[in-house]
Amino acid sequence: MRYPPAHRIGRRWLPERGPRSRVAAVALAFALLPHSGAAGAPAAPTDSSPAGPVDAASPARMRLLSQEQYFNSLGYVFGPDISVAAHFAPFQRTDGLLRNGGASAGVTIAQMQEFQRTAGSLAEQVVSPANRAYLVPCTPRSDKKADRGCAQAFLLPVGRLLFRRPLDKAQADAIVTRSVEAADQLDDFYGGLAVALEGLMLAPQALFVVDRAGPQAARPGYARLDAYSLASRLSFFLWNAGPDDELLRAAGNGELDSEAGLAKSVDRMLASPRLETGMRAFFDDMLRFDDLAVLAKDPGIYPTFGAETVVDAREQTLRTLVDHLLVKKRDYRDLFTTRETFVSPPLAVIYDVAAPPGWSRYTSPDDDSRAGLLTQVSFLAAHAHPGRSSPTLRGKALRELLLCQTVPRPPPNVDFSLLEDANSRLATARERLDLHRTNPVCAGCHKITDPIGLAFEHFDGAGQYREKERGAAIDASGGLDGRQFEDLAGLSQALRDHPQLGACLVKRIYAWATGGATQASDKPVLDSLGQGFAADGYRLPVLLRSVALSGAFATVREDVPSPGPAAGGR
Amino acid sequence: MIRSPKLARLSRRRVLRGMLDGAAVTVGLPLLDCLLSDSGQALASGAPLPPRFVTWFWGLGGNSSVFVPKTTGAGYELPEELQPLERVRQHVNVYTNFNAFRDSAPNLCHYSGWIVCRSGSAPIASEDKPGETIDVTIARTIGRTSRFPTVMVTANGDMRTSFSYENSNSINAAEPSPLNLYTRLFGPGYQDPNAETFTPSALVMARRSVLSGVLDETRELAKVVGADDRARLDQYFTGLRDLERQFDQQLTKPEPIAACHPVAAPGQDSRPGIDADIVAQRHRQLTELMVMALACDQTRVFSMAYSAAFAGTIKPGYEKPHHTTTHEEPIDKEAGYQTIASWFTRRAMEEWAYFVEAFAKQREGDGTLLDNTLIYASTDSNWARIHSIDGIPMFTAGRAGGRVRTGLHVDGGGTAATRVGYTAMKVFGVDAASWGTKSNNTSKEIAEVLA
Repeated sequence: MRYPPAHRIGRRWLPERGPRSRVAAVALAFALLPHSGAAGAPAAPTDSSPAGPVDAASPARMRLLSQEQYFNSLGYVFGPDISVAAHFAPFQRTDGLLRNGGASAGVTIAQMQEFQRTAGSLAEQVVSPANRAYLVPCTPRSDKKADRGCAQAFLLPVGRLLFRRPLDKAQADAIVTRSVEAADQLDDFYGGLAVALEGLMLAPQALFVVDRAGPQAARPGYARLDAYSLASRLSFFLWNAGPDDELLRAAGNGELDSEAGLAKSVDRMLASPRLETGMRAFFDDMLRFDDLAVLAKDPGIYPTFGAETVVDAREQTLRTLVDHLLVKKRDYRDLFTTRETFVSPPLAVIYDVAAPPGWSRYTSPDDDSRAGLLTQVSFLAAHAHPGRSSPTLRGKALRELLLCQTVPRPPPNVDFSLLEDANSRLATARERLDLHRTNPVCAGCHKITDPIGLAFEHFDGAGQYREKERGAAIDASGGLDGRQFEDLAGLSQALRDHPQLGACLVKRIYAWATGGATQASDKPVLDSLGQGFAADGYRLPVLLRSVALSGAFATVREDVPSPGPAAGGR
Repeated sequence: MIRSPKLARLSRRRVLRGMLDGAAVTVGLPLLDCLLSDSGQALASGAPLPPRFVTWFWGLGGNSSVFVPKTTGAGYELPEELQPLERVRQHVNVYTNFNAFRDSAPNLCHYSGWIVCRSGSAPIASEDKPGETIDVTIARTIGRTSRFPTVMVTANGDMRTSFSYENSNSINAAEPSPLNLYTRLFGPGYQDPNAETFTPSALVMARRSVLSGVLDETRELAKVVGADDRARLDQYFTGLRDLERQFDQQLTKPEPIAACHPVAAPGQDSRPGIDADIVAQRHRQLTELMVMALACDQTRVFSMAYSAAFAGTIKPGYEKPHHTTTHEEPIDKEAGYQTIASWFTRRAMEEWAYFVEAFAKQREGDGTLLDNTLIYASTDSNWARIHSIDGIPMFTAGRAGGRVRTGLHVDGGGTAATRVGYTAMKVFGVDAASWGTKSNNTSKEIAEVLA
């Protein structure tokens, strides 16, 4: 029996996986069979017409799949149980996002070896005796002989999903022939199938997402993406995975060529539970949670902060984001003041609250100093030292991650040693950092990080609340771009009201959607999207829809000079 | 002798068909009964023991007053921070007073120095990644016949800590896990060169055939992308061709190697963390695997990072990591240097000594693996406190098959730090008239270390 996929790909904190064989069966059903949209109401658009300037466009790019995209895509085709520990080279963070690095990343020899090792292992699992009954839709006449018909029945639909477009006849013939010849060589039908599948997974059409131009736009040098490229762009944008069968069908039958057809597909994708996967990946990237993978604290100084704390800190923030933005469809800005979140026992120790095993919802009392993302461990501990807090790192992170600003690197020849001079009797970070702000060499940068970073000083390097530092009272007052505050709650409110907060999210979302760094020429479309985002109450699903339906998203330009990142978010 | 029941069932027609598909199928020779030549300096075939190039990186330099030996040449006295090298000093050369030049580029903190030492050019901005690094350059000359042209590992647990690039857009990710490294080196795909039997894998042969189709797909795709992306596809194409080569190699009986005795898999990885003890433990596990990978000729070029340039190593109980310590710790008036920062440097030097010693302990032919290896160790700065890249210290260890003299302290007299790397390139026969750009360009080897 095969099950609709939407039942399987649910919220991650609601474990509902059935028997393994069922999961596997679902995978291919999901991949190969047409199905209707998943439950859930799409975000109500205020206007279905394309957003942004009519002649806006983004560069045609060739993007290497990230490791997460690779496994998300294969997980859709074969199910999540087909997996292997892999180590793809990380992309270079560009214009705030790792994903943007995929537009320029090359494949080293070592990476190619890793692709081959991964593909070989996955292909072997797909055709293994335990999985073939569910994942191969036919039975060969003999396990020991080639069977062209059965190989074709498996490889062509899978190839279409992996290449994200139908195989042309020559490709299809060549791939099936490879399987037949390999089966002959090995005296093993499934062995031949695995080798051909491995070849598919290694092919450049599978590993690179290529923007192919379709019909020419009215303006010379601009073209609409062809329907399959548009489908891929949509899918990696919203789901962080390749298109599903239904989206490829919509591309194939011309639905994506019309505004109404495109909107129908976008609304289906926005309503899918897979949107959560995509948005988790986006915020994981935007908030630089890759740093959490290697975050460690000195156990002698912070004995309650362990490896599980880090894992749960990441999860807490992602749950909060998904619940607030996608489930409740609330104002993005309120994330920084909301008292609603989730806790687990390892985090409860840091937060000094009670929590039952597993995850549970938690609302902090009105008089509690914790409210909003800035007071979560994922921010407080990630932007601190292993054994102490760091107002500078926290202030820098707030500006760079949430406001899309750039804080200059420190000058190379600065003497910081007064910060720790035992004779200086500087008890608090504020007193120590005042040295920076009175030193003209340091002041330029520190005056833009420290007045906000010091607001976090009631939280130590592990994110635990403290009244005093080294016995001295903590002064958490400061200012953010002209808005004065007394404590972290005040900073959170000032950030919530900051005009660049929403614009920064728009800039990051647009880059995520189009697969590369924004450019100065993108400013009009970013401004337009930003205005729409504000007018619609800063609701993420509405922004996603606006981007997906915008002319710039579906249009590419070629040979346009790249004058550098856009100043969006300012 | 070859025992290949599966191959025996391969018809001549099938094998020929594989060849017609472009697969240069090679069936190895029967096992020879001797492992080395009589001289002990060559493999059974008469080929000399292979030369190996290894890099080692530590972050944040050292305190010059207790790092730089007072005299040059042989017989120099080890200063305080180099005391851990006492037991390997005869294998090591210390290079001081060499400069990383930035010319008109800014001094990018903890960045410019290592990039110059590894790629020969100063970066203009922190977003500029190095071009091809020296390990890749040398691997192009000596590494193309081994299973892995080059391997990068890191002891700090972070796969992003890599000092190996094919080009500015292509990093060789570092392997931080000893368990994963073991699997990669000695797990599936490993061919024991000393196995009594050799069975060419029919599966590898089939994979080899399928690759030719993938190569065709790449050519097709190259027609629809722009020039920059075509260059990326060319690189991808090169990777595919290298896979072909590896498959061919797997179809060939490996030459027996007496020194190859794969170690057991590590029981488990160290707990996460970067306190100095954990880093040392991870470093030693990775080192043991690395030594055996070289001894078993799985690779001839290997790179190790002890720490990142912005080293976050922790001294348990002390609130600041290594990097922050170098900037914020006052100079101890009595000692004349930053004592806790020095503690971190000394821990790094202990691991450097361990690393060299591990190569020296590995027997190979009449000597040791270190005799046939050149290890190049570099850092990001001289005095990290002020990000100085003048006088940036470096080391080499090993004799590279008798081509390098050891046990020396070399004063560079303010010349380019790239001279050490260039010397290494010439030792391994890299065909380069010079290396580096602008003031870092050099065509001058360090003659006094060449045998």
